Amino acid sequence: MFVSYKWLEEYIDLTDVTPEELAEKITRSGIEVEGVEVPAEGIKNVVIGHVVSCEKHPEADKLNICQVDVGEDENVQIICGAPNVAEGQKVAVAKVGAVLPGNFKIKKAKLRGEASHGMICSLQELGVEAKLVEKKYAEGIFNFPQNAEVGADALEALMLDDAILELGLTPNRADAMSMIGVAYETGAILDRPVKLPDLSYDTVSEKAEDAIKVSVEATEENPIYLAKVVKDVKVGESPQWLKNRLVAAGIRPHNNVVDITNYILIEYGQPLHAFDLDQIKTGQIVVRLAKQGEKIKTLDEAERTLSDNHLVITNGEEPMAIAGVMGGYDSEVTDQTVNVVIESAYFAPSSVRQTSKEIGLRSEASSRFEKGVDPKRAALAAERAAQLMSLYADGKVLSGTSAAEHMDIKEKVISISLEKINRVTGTDLSEADVLDIFRRLQIEAEAKDGIITVSAPTRRGDLEIEEDLIEEVARLYGYDNIPMTLPVHETNPGGLSPRQQKRRLIRQTMEGAGLVQAVTYSLTNQQKVTEFALEVKTPVELMMPMSEERSQLRQSIIPQLLESVSYNSARQKDSSAFYETGSVFLSEGGELPNEEEHLAGALTGLWQLHPWQGEKKPVDFYVAKGILDTLWEKLGVTEDIRYEAAKMDQLHPGRTAAVIYKGQPIGIVGQVHPVKAKELDLKETYVFEIKLEAIYQEESAPLKYNAIPRYPSISRDIALVTDRDVAAGTIESVIKQAGGTLLKQVQLFDLYQGDKMEEGKKSLAFSLTYMDPERTLTDEEVVKAHTKVLEAVKQETGAELRS
Amino acid sequence: MEQRLQELKQEALEKVQHAADLKELNDVRVAYLGKKGPITEVLKGMGKLSAEERPKMGALANEVRDQITGAIEEKQIGLEKEAVEKQLAEESIDVTLPGRPVPAGHAHPLTTVIEEIEDLFISMGYTVEEGPEVEKDYYNFEALNLPKGHPARDMQDSFYITEDVLLRTHTSPVQARTMERHAGKGPVKIICPGKVYRRDNDDATHSHQFMQIEGLVVDENIRMSDLKGTLNVFAKKMFGEDREIRLRPSFFPFTEPSVEMDISCKICGGKGCSVCKGTGWIEILGAGMVHPNVLRMAGFDPEKYTGFAFGMGPERIAMLKYGIDDIRHFYTNDDRFLKQFARKEIR
Ligand SMILES: [Zn+2]
Repeated sequence: MFVSYKWLEEYIDLTDVTPEELAEKITRSGIEVEGVEVPAEGIKNVVIGHVVSCEKHPEADKLNICQVDVGEDENVQIICGAPNVAEGQKVAVAKVGAVLPGNFKIKKAKLRGEASHGMICSLQELGVEAKLVEKKYAEGIFNFPQNAEVGADALEALMLDDAILELGLTPNRADAMSMIGVAYETGAILDRPVKLPDLSYDTVSEKAEDAIKVSVEATEENPIYLAKVVKDVKVGESPQWLKNRLVAAGIRPHNNVVDITNYILIEYGQPLHAFDLDQIKTGQIVVRLAKQGEKIKTLDEAERTLSDNHLVITNGEEPMAIAGVMGGYDSEVTDQTVNVVIESAYFAPSSVRQTSKEIGLRSEASSRFEKGVDPKRAALAAERAAQLMSLYADGKVLSGTSAAEHMDIKEKVISISLEKINRVTGTDLSEADVLDIFRRLQIEAEAKDGIITVSAPTRRGDLEIEEDLIEEVARLYGYDNIPMTLPVHETNPGGLSPRQQKRRLIRQTMEGAGLVQAVTYSLTNQQKVTEFALEVKTPVELMMPMSEERSQLRQSIIPQLLESVSYNSARQKDSSAFYETGSVFLSEGGELPNEEEHLAGALTGLWQLHPWQGEKKPVDFYVAKGILDTLWEKLGVTEDIRYEAAKMDQLHPGRTAAVIYKGQPIGIVGQVHPVKAKELDLKETYVFEIKLEAIYQEESAPLKYNAIPRYPSISRDIALVTDRDVAAGTIESVIKQAGGTLLKQVQLFDLYQGDKMEEGKKSLAFSLTYMDPERTLTDEEVVKAHTKVLEAVKQETGAELRS
Repeated sequence: MEQRLQELKQEALEKVQHAADLKELNDVRVAYLGKKGPITEVLKGMGKLSAEERPKMGALANEVRDQITGAIEEKQIGLEKEAVEKQLAEESIDVTLPGRPVPAGHAHPLTTVIEEIEDLFISMGYTVEEGPEVEKDYYNFEALNLPKGHPARDMQDSFYITEDVLLRTHTSPVQARTMERHAGKGPVKIICPGKVYRRDNDDATHSHQFMQIEGLVVDENIRMSDLKGTLNVFAKKMFGEDREIRLRPSFFPFTEPSVEMDISCKICGGKGCSVCKGTGWIEILGAGMVHPNVLRMAGFDPEKYTGFAFGMGPERIAMLKYGIDDIRHFYTNDDRFLKQFARKEIR
């Protein structure tokens, strides 16, 4: 909503309050003012001139030599190229020395040999937006009315020296979608009275109801329908002040009849519609629901097909307007119109909202009806329209109103205790304080025994419950005046849940291990949605995606991380190590998908680079696995984790492991399949993805100290020769099992499968540590345990001691 | 004999003096003090001496021996020190050569902001609550006083999956769910961080996915002044002790009264600049007193309980704090962006 400061002054005394101060006050106590704009800012020295003569330039067809009286001793000669310039016009003249928008300075000039001392301006040249310039002057210079005073300030005459406040209205403040509404708000803030327009005018004896009959069939959708009839109107230009105000409000002037309805729309917030009475051949207006498939050609010349829940204004036979949304083409007021019917109605918000949405048409009128207009305004606006038509369109207003009213307009009475107001806000206001605030708002209120009873005026449809009253009191008392306290109550100490603590631990561990946290999008495309998924489910799809690229919810984080890796490698960053924790979305057929929290990582390039000492370690499978092992250590679940060779479509078939936690697969770690990597423009890249739920669910074991052993341990190294396809992990677990309680640690320290080995064989060297915390082990005991280990290994895996 | 010993001593001391290294010194030791050395040889002739001279000569021989030994020891210490110094000189390195890098990762800046906010509220007795990102229309809208057909819930603004299920547009459904779990009994004192989604085209200031953190306190006697005081603590901890806050009226369907909180602009100190669009204030978050309908829907008696809620965008806070100009940076994971947040900011 654009609010003209000068227009507002018509309803309220703004002495001593600058537009900026007003904007600040309105912002602080109710409605955010998003900007204050002075249209004439940066424009200087533009006056009203009288074109005394206008002749064709002898050297140029399209130029005219004008002698213009600008209120000085001598006329000035101005060369003007506007097609519509003519002798006798009152025009806006930028004199020599004038400045126009864009810091365009007017200087003396010569055009094809003729001197030009200034410029006759179009409205656009004075900074008025092209869409607000009335059609008549759109292609040329603007003409003032003939009574305009020569030499006077043109910017003032055009009200461009005004200040326009742009209000950012929240949906609850529909009451401020009108100048009068803003005046009430301003009055409350400044504690100054509001002057409403005087609505007196003359009528002729003919009655409106004799000229047009009004009936409403759909009374639910249209509780109030009022029609005023004005005859013998002279359709023409509106007075300058009215045009100026419309432009300030962001509406393009058309003709006096249309302008008046628009003016009242802004002034009262009441949408009006004007029909050409002579086009309503039936002499009646019937408001009803449209017939399914009924058609109407609207003002914008589009043919629209209606449904049976759309409200229409008909002449008893055919629709003449879509109620509250847009008028029809055939009954429109034109330059030839003589007799006018003005509709002022209250349409149900839900009905207008539905119609407007379904036919895809929003207008100034519909957006107001949707939010709910003041039902009392319909009658006031009708009177105002009749008055302005008689004053500015020379119309004869028929007496009375042709009306169909099916609404009992009542003010809502709301009561609240003073105690509650103070309890909820934390203030210490008295009854008098509260009553004074309602007085400023021009809202009737009384206090009795600590109870404040308020009659919410119909113009404030947003006031419905006690809390709405608390807000009125608090905002006008001033949020600055509310003290600052902290809640006084008994609560438990705050903290993170075990799950949240584990999530932070995972984050710290990943970062400690050298990974950078990424955050990626949950929405992905059809191809990526199931790639790398630990479990493939039917994708969860959006009903109306904005693009195919973001249309389905991810089932794995890896594709997005790979996108980040590839983004960076395309920017000369060859090494990346990312991790992310976040949700994947797995449909299990229920109403909501199962949201699983996953940890994923992606690594490529060099893991370590220390060039001058010749250290250069590319990322490999064991780097990725080692990072996970560090995590298991931190989470205290190392004992419950094992890895098994596994396969997945997008991963290298020989370099992928399933991660098993307590016997259940919870994730994978592996190399991105070279084919897939090539497709994504990636070098050798390793990824992992882990479901965290099972680990989150498991209660973390309590930390308990074990005494430091007082007895020495004994180490034995063994080198075992085995078939190449026997997994080291298998041998290690056999060793552990066979070693019994004395065997404390098994560490693989060498792998050899070079040419000194027999074909198909490899050598694995382990270091075994034996210890008894209670005593020093004897050699025989160690030998006995060790022999048992070697036997078991040979028996179960075929591995033998290397000779 | 005496003269011979003196000569040997003289000779030996000279050789000790001239020994160039430990090996030469050892050669001297072996040559003069060894069992086959000249002193031993000389002493072998002791038998020819008289009984009176014998002990004298013995004492002299020992003295010579001791002197040579002493000289050798002294020389040895000197030579050893020299050798160590020589070795250390050879071992010296260029300490300005680069150290060996240790792999070190870091958090995403949004996580840093979120955890900072979490920790601040945890210190004030809040717990952290979470909820699903794919949410029922009921919790996302209806339970928050946004019934079907409410103008503020345009289908166009949300990603629906079915008529009744959508990607949550705010973290408020977590509040609704948590209150419902409390079954009408206070206190509720939570903050809810998480991802939310809106049907926006991605540009410098919009992202179809972004983060939100909301807070909620419901109990008996929770006042608007408590909201103001809480937000003041938050603003000062997050943005600096010298910042002022102000509340402005606003509108949210789930709070009444509703406010927006601004903080004073750090850049211009309140005088007005381009960052604060000339106002001296920067909008940070929305808040308000929990709407009685929201309390009622969750099973709380609005006559007994009141509450406040607030909500903010970690992206916006990070953008303001660090001067980031484009929201898309948070989701591109460009290393040149992320690595700027490797450092921890200690305040
Ligand atoms: Zn500033």
